[in-house]
Amino acid sequence: MAAIEILDLEKSYLVGFWRKRPKLALRPLRLTIEQGEVFGFLGPNGAGKTTTLKLLMGLVYPTAGTARILGMAMDDAAVKTQIGFLPEQPYFYDHLTARELLNYYGQLSGIPAKGRAVRVEQMLARVGLNDSAGMPLRKFSKGMLQRVGLAQAILHDPKLVFLDEPMSGLDPMGRREVRDLIQQLRSEGKTVFFSTHILSDAEALCDRVGVIHQGELRGVGAVAELTSEKRGKIEIVFYAQRVPASLTSLGAEARVSGDMVNAVLPEEQQDAAIDILRRERLRLISLTPVRSSLEEYYIQKLRPTEDTTTQLPGGQVRKEENRKGVGV
Amino acid sequence: MNSRVGYVAFNTFREAVRDRVLYNLIAFVLLLSGAAILVGEVSIDIERLVVVNLGLTAVSLFGVVIAILIGIGLVSKEIDKRTLYTVLSRPVRRWEFVVGKFFGLTGTLVVNTFFMALGVLLALLYVAHKFEKMDAWVLVALYFIVLQFLIVCALALFFSSFSTPLMSAVFTFALFVIGSLSDDLRGFARITHGTAGGLATAIAYLVPNFSALNVINQVAHGDAVPGRLILYNTIYGLLYSAMAISGAVLIFQRRDLK
Repeated sequence: MAAIEILDLEKSYLVGFWRKRPKLALRPLRLTIEQGEVFGFLGPNGAGKTTTLKLLMGLVYPTAGTARILGMAMDDAAVKTQIGFLPEQPYFYDHLTARELLNYYGQLSGIPAKGRAVRVEQMLARVGLNDSAGMPLRKFSKGMLQRVGLAQAILHDPKLVFLDEPMSGLDPMGRREVRDLIQQLRSEGKTVFFSTHILSDAEALCDRVGVIHQGELRGVGAVAELTSEKRGKIEIVFYAQRVPASLTSLGAEARVSGDMVNAVLPEEQQDAAIDILRRERLRLISLTPVRSSLEEYYIQKLRPTEDTTTQLPGGQVRKEENRKGVGV
Repeated sequence: MNSRVGYVAFNTFREAVRDRVLYNLIAFVLLLSGAAILVGEVSIDIERLVVVNLGLTAVSLFGVVIAILIGIGLVSKEIDKRTLYTVLSRPVRRWEFVVGKFFGLTGTLVVNTFFMALGVLLALLYVAHKFEKMDAWVLVALYFIVLQFLIVCALALFFSSFSTPLMSAVFTFALFVIGSLSDDLRGFARITHGTAGGLATAIAYLVPNFSALNVINQVAHGDAVPGRLILYNTIYGLLYSAMAISGAVLIFQRRDLK
C-alpha cells in the first residue's frame, strides 16, 4: 500500500471581482509516494506546492481528481489520526504556552488524557523546548515557533508527516535541527512529504524529489540516481600558476585560482591529461568524474515543458516519469 | 457536547479571556458605572432609574462591541495566521470547529457580562443603599442581553464565514442597529401597502428582533417582565442563533481555505 496516491488531483480558483474566471493552480497531478519514503516537493514560490498540500489536508477542495492517503480516501476522517502537518511559517495562539498548545492539539488528535501529559513533555524535549514550555507563544522567535510546529505535527505519532517549507526562515542551526528531525523520522519508518525550494536540504534528506512549476509536475526522480549520473566529463585539480597549452588543446575548460588550476574536460581525454601533468611535472590534487547535481536537474525541469520533454533520457515521456523510480 | 467541540470552545474561551483588550473593555464599563453613580446622585428621586438605564445600556453596547470584535476575527484570524490549518489537519470536522468557536465566544461573553452586571448591581446598591424585590427584573434584563449576545455572536460568525473582518463587522453592527429598531420597522410594515409593505414586512421578520430583547427601560421603571416573554425570547434567541450558526457551518463547510 502506498503512503500517498495522488490521482489526477486538479485545482483551479475563480478570480476576478465581477466576471469570475478560473485560474489554474494545479494541473492534473499524478504521483505516488511509498511508505517510509522521504519525498521532497520542489518548486519556486507559487509553483503549486502549498496548493497540493492543502488539497491533501482537505483545506481546499479539488476541482477534479482525488487522492488516497495510507489506503484511505483523502476525505476519510480516519486519515487525520495518522497524519501530521506543519504549515509554512506556522503561527499559533498568542496567549497559550507551548505546553498548553500541545496539550490542546493532543486533545484534538484523540490522545488519551492518561498519557497525554507525558507525550507532550517528550515532544517538548525532542524539539528542545523544555525550558520555554511555560512561556506564552507570542514571545517565541520564528525558529522556536517552527519547533513548536514540528512538535505538534509529530505529537500523535503519525505514520505520515507533511511539512510545508519546514526550513523556511530558520538560521543554519535551526535548519540543521530540522534536518536531524526529518532523518530521525525516516529512521523510525515514517513517511515524510515536504515541500521546499532549498535544494541542498532536499539533496541531503530525500529519497526522491518531484519538481513542480506553474502548477505542473515537471519530473520525479530518485535523488541518488540524479546525483550519481555521470555527464561524460572529469574534473582535474592540480598545482600550477597557469594552464598548460597542451591541456587546453584537449578541450579543457580551465580556470586558475591562486596556485591551483581547475580543469574540466571530456572523460576520454583523462589519460592524455594525466600524461601532460606528468610531462610538465605538475602535482595532481584530485581527479573526479563530474556528476549531475540536483540543482541542474531542477533548473532543467523549470525550463518550458517542450524542452524538458525532449531532454528526458531514454526517450520517456513526462506522464511516465511521474511514477516511482522512473523519469530521472 | 461533542468532546472536540468542547476542546475548541475551551481554547477559544481561554484565548479570549487572556486577551487584554477584554479587560480594557471591562474597565471601561466599570468607569461608566461610576459615571452612572455620579449622574444618579445629581438626579433627585430617579437615581435608580438612571443607574439601571445607563448601566444596562452600557453592558449591552460594550457586550455587543466585544461580541462583534471577537466574533468577526474568530475564523478569519485563524485562517490568516494559519492556526486553523493545524486544527483541521486533525480529526476535527469543520462544523465542530465553528460550533466550538461559538460556544467559546458565548462563554467568554457570559463571564464578561457577569462582571459587568456586578458593576451595575454595585452601582445600584450604592445609590439605593439596598436591593428591592423589583431589582430581580434587572437580572431578567441581563438575561435578555445575554440572549442578544448569542445572536450577535452567531451573526458575526455567519458573516465572517464568507466575508472580510471589516465587512463582517459592518454587516453585524448594521443588523444590530436595524434589529434594535425592529418594532418601528414592524409598525412601518403594518401601515405600508404594496411591494414596499411586503418588503418591509419581510425585512422586519428577517432581522433579529432585538427590540423584544430590550426591556431595560421597563425594568428601570420597576415594571415586571411577563413569564411568557421570557419563554418566547429564550426560544427565539436560541432558534435565531442556531439558524445563523447553521448558515455559518454550511458556508464554511464548502469554503476553500486559501
